[in-house]
Amino acid sequence: MIKDFTNGIVKVNPIFVLALGLCPTLAISTSIDNAIGMGASVIFVLLFSNLIISLLRNVIPKEVRIPCFIVIIATFVTIVSFALQAYLPALNESLGIYVPLITVNCIILGRAEAFASKNPVSRSVLDALGIGLGFTLSLIMISIIRELLGSGGISVFGYGFTLPFSPATFFIMPAGAFLVMGLLLGLFKKVGVIR
Amino acid sequence: MSEDLNEKDEGFIVSASPHIRKDISVEKIMYLVILALMPTTVAGIYFFGYHALFIIILSVLSALITEFLILKVRKKEFRMDGSAIITGLLLALVLPPTVPWWVPVVGAVFAIAIGKQVFGGLGQNIFNPALVGRAFLMICWPVLMTRWIVPFGGTDAITAATPLNALKLHHITTPSIQLFLGNVGGCIGETSAIAILIGASILLTLKIIDWRIPLSYIGTVFLLMFFLGQDPIFHVLAGGLMLGAFFMATDYVTGPITRWGRVIFGIGAGVFVVVFRLWGGMPEGVCYSILLMNAFTPLIDRYVKPSPLGWGKKERKIAEGSK
Repeated sequence: MIKDFTNGIVKVNPIFVLALGLCPTLAISTSIDNAIGMGASVIFVLLFSNLIISLLRNVIPKEVRIPCFIVIIATFVTIVSFALQAYLPALNESLGIYVPLITVNCIILGRAEAFASKNPVSRSVLDALGIGLGFTLSLIMISIIRELLGSGGISVFGYGFTLPFSPATFFIMPAGAFLVMGLLLGLFKKVGVIR
Repeated sequence: MSEDLNEKDEGFIVSASPHIRKDISVEKIMYLVILALMPTTVAGIYFFGYHALFIIILSVLSALITEFLILKVRKKEFRMDGSAIITGLLLALVLPPTVPWWVPVVGAVFAIAIGKQVFGGLGQNIFNPALVGRAFLMICWPVLMTRWIVPFGGTDAITAATPLNALKLHHITTPSIQLFLGNVGGCIGETSAIAILIGASILLTLKIIDWRIPLSYIGTVFLLMFFLGQDPIFHVLAGGLMLGAFFMATDYVTGPITRWGRVIFGIGAGVFVVVFRLWGGMPEGVCYSILLMNAFTPLIDRYVKPSPLGWGKKERKIAEGSK
């Protein structure tokens, strides 16, 4: 049981092992605030979609399961989207289109299809938490490097520091995202954390 | 190889091609290229002073140390084959003579680490490492990378525009003779056409570099500029075209290996330069033109494949059909 949780963080890490959800990963990992916001949104959506889909797994007809999954996921994305607009407008602004796009995020659909629709509720919830946490941690890892090098400092919810060097703007740009992600992936493989 | 030579007594050698061997090695080629770059280097130091020398030394040293450290981590043998020296030297030659000390260091580390070693080291990289380093620096610190000075001014000299800048922004042309000698603002190694030509003539006579690439590259720029109503001689001499055409586009690793492929490479890069210079946001485009054509190199080599000896149209068709 506990393995369902820990697997998601390292062994089937959604970004570095499954290589899923790369579009938001590359796009919003420009700052740590964005990464935490995105990670939290994905954890929320993933947790509740896995929960509901697992509950309904014997009810949903096999032929139309994907539309059903999408409807369930879209419901929770709408909740997140409205909540962000109401309470965290600044974060909502900087995440932009990538909040509604969580609906079609392949991590969530992938877990619904591969795990929640086949496993009991308790395991599905643990899987959602593990995968969500793995996604968030990877996102934070990438964004720390990009923000540090690209903006010349780190700030988390207004607290942070700046370094006395002129930042390498490259790392804030999309090409920098590919580079940082690729190098981290290579490093993890080299060290043997992931296979 | 040594086994083949030992069998010489038997009078009959069976080995895979190539059968013609030349007394030349990677090291020899690399050091000849470095030698050919010396006139340009000296001209750069002559025009822009000791700070230029300082930049060149820092860039070469950083490139060498990075190469050494990464090969150590990769558990590969470090060889003084001169390739890292060339990368460091070429990078320094395409930097403005005013950059602070850390710019060549960061650029050289990026050039060797990301431009070369990530792909697997010498012979494996897709893009010219020195140009990768320059493109990175250009994106990160555009202000530092476009601060030019007049020659013979020292580091505190008044800033000056490069000839291409002057043309694009102020519509001022620079006399060709000044461009030919190099007495204008610009990157350390790009200003003096005559110094580049002296070095390039060594490589061309020894057939280290193929004349097809520089000829088609510079020729394309010349002809297109002429037909588009620009001053073709100015556009050939100004900016980094000479340096790029003779020393960067001719890189063995990142350019095509076939003869016609090299012509296509040169023409493509030339078209890019003309487009960037006339319609682009920046005054110069040699760096990006070569990088873009580097990306096309595998494609070019694939489609410009020479037929084996004795093949006609029929055999080629059969070979293509059987794929």
